[in-house]
Amino acid sequence: MSTKVIQALYDDDDVLLKAVKEVRAAHHHIEEVYTPFPVHGLDKAMGLAGTRMAITAFLYGITGLSFAVWFLNYIMISDWPQNIGGKPSFTFYHNMPAFIPVMFEMTVFFAAHLMVITFYMRSKIWPFRKAENPDPRTTDDKFLMEVAVDGNENELSDLLKRTGAIEIKVNEKH
Amino acid sequence: MGHYEAPIREPIIVGDKSYHDITQDVAAPIEGKANKQWKIAFTISLLAMLWGFGAIAYTIGTGIGVWGLNNRINWAWDITNFVWWVGIGHAGTLISAVLLLFRQKWRMGINRSAEAMTIFAVVQAGMFPLIHMGRIWDGFYTLPIPNPLGSLWVNFNSPLLWDVFAISTYLSVSLVFWWTGLLPDFAMIRDRATKPFQKKIYSLVSFGWSGRAKDWQRFEEVSLVLAGLATPLVLSVHTIVSFDFATSVIPGWHSTVYPPYFVAGAVFSGFAMVQTLLLIMRKVSNLEAYITRVHIENMNKVILVTGGIVTVAYLSEFFVGWYTGSSYEDFTYLSWGAATGPYWWAFWALITCNAIIPQFLWVKKIRTNYVWTFIISIFINIGMWFERFDIIVINLSRGHLPSSWTMFSPTFVDIGIFIGTLGFFFVLFLLYARTFPVIAQAEVKSILKASGDNYKRARDNGEEVHHESHAEPVHVEEAPKAEENHEVKTSSLLGSIGTFDINTQTPDDLKRISGVGPVMEKTLNQIGIYSFEQVSKMTKKEYDLLDSITGSFPGRAERDDWAGQAKKLKS
Repeated sequence: MSTKVIQALYDDDDVLLKAVKEVRAAHHHIEEVYTPFPVHGLDKAMGLAGTRMAITAFLYGITGLSFAVWFLNYIMISDWPQNIGGKPSFTFYHNMPAFIPVMFEMTVFFAAHLMVITFYMRSKIWPFRKAENPDPRTTDDKFLMEVAVDGNENELSDLLKRTGAIEIKVNEKH
Repeated sequence: MGHYEAPIREPIIVGDKSYHDITQDVAAPIEGKANKQWKIAFTISLLAMLWGFGAIAYTIGTGIGVWGLNNRINWAWDITNFVWWVGIGHAGTLISAVLLLFRQKWRMGINRSAEAMTIFAVVQAGMFPLIHMGRIWDGFYTLPIPNPLGSLWVNFNSPLLWDVFAISTYLSVSLVFWWTGLLPDFAMIRDRATKPFQKKIYSLVSFGWSGRAKDWQRFEEVSLVLAGLATPLVLSVHTIVSFDFATSVIPGWHSTVYPPYFVAGAVFSGFAMVQTLLLIMRKVSNLEAYITRVHIENMNKVILVTGGIVTVAYLSEFFVGWYTGSSYEDFTYLSWGAATGPYWWAFWALITCNAIIPQFLWVKKIRTNYVWTFIISIFINIGMWFERFDIIVINLSRGHLPSSWTMFSPTFVDIGIFIGTLGFFFVLFLLYARTFPVIAQAEVKSILKASGDNYKRARDNGEEVHHESHAEPVHVEEAPKAEENHEVKTSSLLGSIGTFDINTQTPDDLKRISGVGPVMEKTLNQIGIYSFEQVSKMTKKEYDLLDSITGSFPGRAERDDWAGQAKKLKS
């Protein structure tokens, strides 16, 4: 594999989307696309697999709920049962109506925070991390497509020009 | 291409914006200097906050005996303020979560500030239970952790403990939701920042966001799932706050209608506070193009609906109090006894501000008017404070033992702490308005083509919107064409804008000027232009000279107003 990439800059999301489809149709490998906002349909056009964030959230939620059940049962029923305000504490089942708020809050707490942490880890975003968008304008109004170069630089840049790129440059892959 | 939106829907981004315009408009309050009004408002808020902190220190040092609480009225301003602030903290997550699930695009102009308001309001709310403990250093007893009393645990049957879990989950999830949405916008500010310190700070807070396609895919799904989680969460929080009252056996509190009624009241007061803040902010921060009449009217409609729910709840409470025939129900906060008793003024403040005044919003002229909306929102803020005051103080002022009937009078400490939280809230909000991207600009950009005024207009007329003339693609490896005889022109150009010594001065990154690419920068450097200082001095004459030297992009520099941009960048 060559370590070079060709970077094509676009100034419109629709032009970019069309370009992505054309570059893929011509069997070139799109390394990455940087956009200032979510361009709908871009992931499909690039052929990215769907994300599983929602599934992780569900699993984390189940974990939170199970933890809450164990935790409440241990504290209120087995470790130190107390009759408070006549609310029965003989079994978990009897006392459960009073536990529902906390069970719910813990489910949400686990699902939300662990999902976001997973997102940050998977996308490699955290404090002190350096940004990697190759051009600062890609957070403003420009869209950048990175295509792997394999000795076919001229052919590629011609293709990219035809798709409406406003700037084209060849760079080392980082 | 997929941007169609029915013409009957009013545009929610006005003023013929392009993507770059949105960037500039959102970045402007951060990059510009604070004006006088901001400084005055900030100073007042800061003083109020300091006074409040003093009052809190006095409370903690001496004990809550310094408040006006008495034997009968053992909750008063503290819990009133707590519930009031939590209620205000409901609009933000409601706007960003519930409206996201309902695919309401107008949320995008206001969600960032509404969420900021939520977080800052919940911070204020959280302080009241903490200082109300009296011995705040024993606060860890509310957490289910082993403590100095052996294996004595907290009581999970108590709604007060449910509150601890609900409020802390709500605060932390709202914060994470807010910050995740902020990452791309912080990244935008980071990539524009010219000062090294600014760049450093915004690099840190943007967590190195790069905007990859995969990141965006995850970002969108995470936002959607968080919205799905936050929606029941936001409803649960005020439900649980209402349990603090509803599960007790005090007349007027013991009421099954409380949860839905409290949630509606919270949304009602939260939206009123959003109106109050954003009506000022859209003017001060020049965001009229993004927070439009449509936004204001939609929020007023939400206020009308939730205000209606609250009013119906008042009527039903009033009716049930009378219908029981119990003499103890005749002094609850919504009863004939309350309306004519010693707290008649609090009763009528509630009815006037919450049930009567919002009805004016049925009139379209009033609900689309900024000034009237602002006035009504202030009334609702006041009315909702009185609602909580009435629930707590009027209900407690009379009990089963008539000999202990009493009134509540706040001390200067009660008032000081309340004023202090107002000050603290505005300190946070004012700082936010100057340092955070106050519009979710990435999201707004994604709906520009569907809901932007210019795009909608063009689509209806079968035209296309052109913001920039498409230049020919540039290939960076090509050396720029040198023109003969440009020595003379160059020296005359540099004569008027000043020279730059590459050996002693550091050149600026001219690519930051919109319209200057790597090629143009190289060309400019060859001529001897390296700094924003030089570019900022360019006028029509210099632009023409430049065009004749470079021979590329004629007229581009003038059209993009390089000098104006450079002036901003160098400051």
